[in-house]
Amino acid sequence: MSERAPALRVEHLSTHFDTRQGVIKAVNDVSFTIERGQIMGLVGESGSGKSMTGYSIMGLIDAPGKVVGGRILLDGTDLASLNPEQMRQLRGNRVAMIFQDPMMTLNPVLRVDTQMTEAILAHEKVSHAEALRRSREALATVGIPSPDERLQNYPHQFSGGMRQRVAIAIALLNKPSLIIADEPTTALDVTIQGQILAEMQRLCRDTGTALIWITHDLSVVAGLADTVSVMYAGRIVESGTVDAVLDYAKHPYTRGLIDSVPSRNPRGQRLKQIPGFTPSLLHLPSGCHFRERCPRADEACLQDPQLSNEPHAVRCFHPHTDRVEEPA
Amino acid sequence: MLVFVIRRLLQSLLVLFVMSLLVFAGVYAVGTPIDILISPEATQADRIAVVAALGLDKPLWLQYLLFVQHAFGGDLGKSFAYNIPAIQLIFERMPATLELASFAMLLAVVIGLPLGLYAGLKPKSLPARSIMAGSILGFSLPTFWVGLMLIMVFAVWLGWLPSNGRGSTVALLGVPVSFLSIDGLRHLLLPGLTLALLNIALIIRLTRAGTQEALLTDYVKFARAKGLTDARVVGVHILKNILIPIVTVIALQFGSVIAFAVVTETIFAWPGMGKLLIDSINVLDRPVIVAYLLIVVAMFILINLLVDIAYSLLDPRVRLSDAGTN
Ligand SMILES: Nc1ncnc2c1ncn2[C@@H]1O[C@H](COP(=O)(O)OP(=O)(O)OP(=O)(O)O)[C@@H](O)[C@H]1O
Ligand code: SF4
Ligand SMILES: [Mg+2]
Repeated sequence: MSERAPALRVEHLSTHFDTRQGVIKAVNDVSFTIERGQIMGLVGESGSGKSMTGYSIMGLIDAPGKVVGGRILLDGTDLASLNPEQMRQLRGNRVAMIFQDPMMTLNPVLRVDTQMTEAILAHEKVSHAEALRRSREALATVGIPSPDERLQNYPHQFSGGMRQRVAIAIALLNKPSLIIADEPTTALDVTIQGQILAEMQRLCRDTGTALIWITHDLSVVAGLADTVSVMYAGRIVESGTVDAVLDYAKHPYTRGLIDSVPSRNPRGQRLKQIPGFTPSLLHLPSGCHFRERCPRADEACLQDPQLSNEPHAVRCFHPHTDRVEEPA
Repeated sequence: MLVFVIRRLLQSLLVLFVMSLLVFAGVYAVGTPIDILISPEATQADRIAVVAALGLDKPLWLQYLLFVQHAFGGDLGKSFAYNIPAIQLIFERMPATLELASFAMLLAVVIGLPLGLYAGLKPKSLPARSIMAGSILGFSLPTFWVGLMLIMVFAVWLGWLPSNGRGSTVALLGVPVSFLSIDGLRHLLLPGLTLALLNIALIIRLTRAGTQEALLTDYVKFARAKGLTDARVVGVHILKNILIPIVTVIALQFGSVIAFAVVTETIFAWPGMGKLLIDSINVLDRPVIVAYLLIVVAMFILINLLVDIAYSLLDPRVRLSDAGTN
């Protein structure tokens, strides 16, 4: 674990699902790097492979899925070199994950203190009292009032926003290098969403924890992340700093996503949308997978574009080069 | 909670009342026990004396009212055949049945739960497929046939296990039980297994379905993401959730196991309540039949009540309300 290693480096990661209908390449040759304490937005439509990228890093892909290629380096450690027990030790300790629906992520029949202390005791030989003390502290950190009483409660006694805070507190318990947050605010109302975003940003800055924020909402990423990777049909099609990607989006798909953000659309006007549907991963068009929905497609796009090797990378034969128009 | 319990007990009383009325009338409709109880050579005067002694000379409605009146005093009548209180007769036989039923349910849980968990966790494996195929057998084979087959194989051919009676009993708090001696345990095994088979199949199916459902939930994914060991994920997070339906079914099945014990006890000559019921029906011993059914129904009701209470203990979201379980 060298000090200069980035929090996470993913190289050519591929995760496939071997189904009766054929092989689904849910994650297809994905690479990205997150420096310590940085926040990366992972953006894409439903089914583009965002969650599966997260599960692959956690080592939680279940059959019929399988990580079939690539390397995942966490703090410089190659996860492929770890045995299952070492991998378990790492989960929830060096890398944590939180999920979309706070109503579902906490076990309904176990008290919050149980669900918190077990996350510590799974990784460290400390006394129960010490685990409880740290749990209480973590609840206070994420802004839960009277944590002492709250520890004794069951999940159904918390509101949705509070439950997500509990989940975040659990993720933070062992001070991981990386947290993967899979759309953790999608199920919450806008005010709470804003509070939690701000809170997450602060916590990551304070603790030096790197964060992958999975979302299909580019506007969330704008205020939160340092870098963005845009996924389409299992592949990264564009990546770079937030400012570069949002202001100078190169890929036609990214432009489409930006145009369809509601706040960018003038009142009363119909929302702009990307034409067509996300293709089934079983029947992808040859060449560029975005070809059938792309306004810029031509014969060149029958070939497979490669991700360009530059800080603001794009996978496209005819990238945009101009600045994204300000909303009218 | 207290209001809930009281309301449930009052409802139960009504159920018992209606039940006793139906059984009373039903047994009356089937025939009179006099011809069975009194030898054909008895004189007419003897007959009249016996009929009067048993209270059978009074009209049915009066017999019923007298029964209800005595029932409130805890007296369910004397057995026509044995001339001792029916309750006493049943309570003497009850420990044998309860022991058999408990042993059968214990077998069902001890065998069914692990097999069901395994089948749920590794559904595609060969052992899991065999377990599921076996559980279909458990559902479809009739109790009496299973009992006879077990006797054939283990008692007759192999000669390993005895096939009738309770064996030697040991007094536990003054109640004779079989499970504390090796000989008694050997006697328990075959009838216990016979009664357990259906429930083993049931628990396997329930556990497997619950496990597979739980495996897909976010809370199990989150538990794994926390880095918990598989043992803890399965043993605490999954088990505690699927235990709720399983405990319900086990408890409710306990009632039907007692009822099914009638067949098993007859096959294995197990001296329990079930065998007593069959004997009493044969001689139309109405007080024993009525008392048996009242006691069994009361046990059902009690079990149901305990299930609801256990429910509220297992699932923190359930609160016993005055209106019912919500
Ligand atoms: N168990 C499975 N069997 C077959 N294919 C699967 C399975 N799980 C996921 N996939 C495939 O993986 C692809 C990516 O799924 P993933 O959950 O990563 O999408 P996502 O980007 O997180 O979408 P969402 O925004 O809806 O959460 C899906 O399109 C699906 O085809
Ligand atoms: S490669 Fe062609 S089809 Fe694909 S996004 Fe670029 S322009 Fe569109
Ligand atoms: Mg997802």
